[in-house]
Amino acid sequence: MNDLSPTHLESATATTRTPVQTIRRSGAHLTRRSVLAKIGATLAGVLAAPAVRTAKAAVQKVFVSSGAPKGYDPTKHKWVMALDVNRCIGCGLCAEACKKENHVPEGHYFRTWIERYVITKPKPGSGASRGETLVDCPNGGMHGFGEPPVPKEDILHSFFVPKLCNLCEHSPCVQVCPVGATFDAPDGAVLIDPKYCIGCGFCVQACPYGCRFLNPVTKTAEKCTLCYHRITRGLKPACVEVCPTQTRVFGDLKNAGPEDPIQQFYQNNRVQALKPHLGTEPRVFYAGIDKEVR
Amino acid sequence: MINEVTNVVLEVMPRFEGYVYPNEAAPQPLWSVLIVLYPYITGLVAGAFIMASLVRVFKVKALDPVYRLSLLTAFAFLLCAPLPLLFHLGHPERCFEVMMTPHLTSPMAIFGFVYAWYLMAVLLLELWFDYRQDFVEWSQNESGFRGILYRAFTLGVTDESEKAVALDLKLGWIISIIGIPSAFLLHGYVGFIFGSVKANPWWGNPLMPIIFILSAMVSGIALCVLNYMVLTWVRRHRLDMRCLDAMCMFLFYALVIDAAVEGLDWIHRIYSAEETFQTLRQLATEKLFWTLNIGQALLGTATPLLLLGTLQLIRKRVPDLARKRMYFASASLILLGVLAMRWNVVIGGQLFSKSLRGFMSYKMEPWGMEGWLMSGILLALPFIILTVMVKLFLAERLQESGHVPQAEEIEEAVEV
Repeated sequence: MNDLSPTHLESATATTRTPVQTIRRSGAHLTRRSVLAKIGATLAGVLAAPAVRTAKAAVQKVFVSSGAPKGYDPTKHKWVMALDVNRCIGCGLCAEACKKENHVPEGHYFRTWIERYVITKPKPGSGASRGETLVDCPNGGMHGFGEPPVPKEDILHSFFVPKLCNLCEHSPCVQVCPVGATFDAPDGAVLIDPKYCIGCGFCVQACPYGCRFLNPVTKTAEKCTLCYHRITRGLKPACVEVCPTQTRVFGDLKNAGPEDPIQQFYQNNRVQALKPHLGTEPRVFYAGIDKEVR
Repeated sequence: MINEVTNVVLEVMPRFEGYVYPNEAAPQPLWSVLIVLYPYITGLVAGAFIMASLVRVFKVKALDPVYRLSLLTAFAFLLCAPLPLLFHLGHPERCFEVMMTPHLTSPMAIFGFVYAWYLMAVLLLELWFDYRQDFVEWSQNESGFRGILYRAFTLGVTDESEKAVALDLKLGWIISIIGIPSAFLLHGYVGFIFGSVKANPWWGNPLMPIIFILSAMVSGIALCVLNYMVLTWVRRHRLDMRCLDAMCMFLFYALVIDAAVEGLDWIHRIYSAEETFQTLRQLATEKLFWTLNIGQALLGTATPLLLLGTLQLIRKRVPDLARKRMYFASASLILLGVLAMRWNVVIGGQLFSKSLRGFMSYKMEPWGMEGWLMSGILLALPFIILTVMVKLFLAERLQESGHVPQAEEIEEAVEV
């Protein structure tokens, strides 16, 4: 009965309290703030983990799906191309070099091509500022261009526009790929894993610039990779290498000094991107194009 | 204009007009007739299911005779829906990657899951709960292969107590309710596959999923009308005119809404007349003249609207035979019109260059994976499957349990 006396109960309570208090005292640094900070840090870690994993996966994907050499770090580069249309003479060497370098199938398949724009003079008295716009691209412009479609005296402007993958910041082709076979490499290239592509053609439909095609031999999607096998080994893309007029400017934004051609290009030109209204944010810029270029 | 008709059967030069990007200058569009069939068949599934749910969820008693036929139609077509997509792939052997390692921002990847959900969680379950009691009884009465089959279909659940049957009905009803948004999702997603392509002004349109859902409902109901008429004709039964009138009333209203929304799309395009409008106008008035204006608009929409609309006003004064013929003609025209609509969307979207400076043409081959023969087979396949299913699950000699699939009955049954 003595055990149940109030005094004993009190003492019992006191003894049971002690360990709790001890824990509180011993963990005096476990303040509300520190606990919250720890929870926050854990949460941040959990949240950041997928992002880190994705970034890591993207790097791994580069090696799995491209011919990048060992030791190449895609996170240390940001490749880009720019085009000074004022310089292009439409020789077509770039398109030809691309076909050869990348084993692009014969026929109407092109990773890069050249368009010729001919804007005619307006008919006298028509009240129009310009005449019609005629565009052609015989065989991708590979073997140059013949006589213009209208007599020379009727031409107001004529120029050549090389086309290639626009390296979109928000690539619609990457967005729609059902298996993730096409992806944004950390170094700015948009690549395709041919061992993974199911050949559905959705990316071809989604590209606003007509830059993709289904390879009739491999039955997978294909496009300009900026000659990934070359640039990862310190070489220039084939089209840039052969361009006799330096229309195509290629560079690494993460490693370009002020004298680098790509920085010079940005410094010396006001630039335009193709189809900016679609929000794809192309990273390939053009200098000297006309509103008619789409 | 004439070329566009002849091009379907006979090659007519030139293949390209104006300027098209080199990669677009292919002899065939990338997505050709198989991709026309894919949304067509999927739409028929969604529409037939909506038809069935009119009976089950919306308690339209007049439609009882077509409830099971509609469900079986939906099932037969659903089994065939992914085939055109699969055959079209460059690497069909990699198709499971869409489900195993999906890229979640892709409409096509999500469609795989929506399809699987609809097949496994909606249609199969609803059919099973609806048929379970019958399977149990048929397995006892039938011998031989049929008996084994029905016994297998019971999946070993042979409880026929009132409580068990009431539970079947209740679960069937719940699945049906889940099924309606699922059917919308299924076909809305097909619409989104096209509607999400902002690079293509003919496709990239927020109304696209809605237009696809509405045209799916229209085509699905029309298919059920035809199936019902053909089945009763084959069996030399009398058509239940009350059921047929009710079906065609729903068909008419669905068609009115469908035509209104598609009209709205055009009004918006014409009024806003954006950069792409001249190209699209030329596409609609020249390249797609026959399939769009004549096939889809005049024959597939205006004529059935007129026929069905007239019958809504003066149904009682039109004799049964004339009414049947008008219904048959309307349903057939609608099915053709919706096929033309799928053609116009899929093929039309690839008849003009994304440079907006030129046009391509399309000639359908007789043979090969994307030819007339293959599309004929793929269109016939669901009907063959449906015939087998009707023989197995709607056979005249099989006594049906006779439970009514409406909610009221379920509630009563559950209370008992």
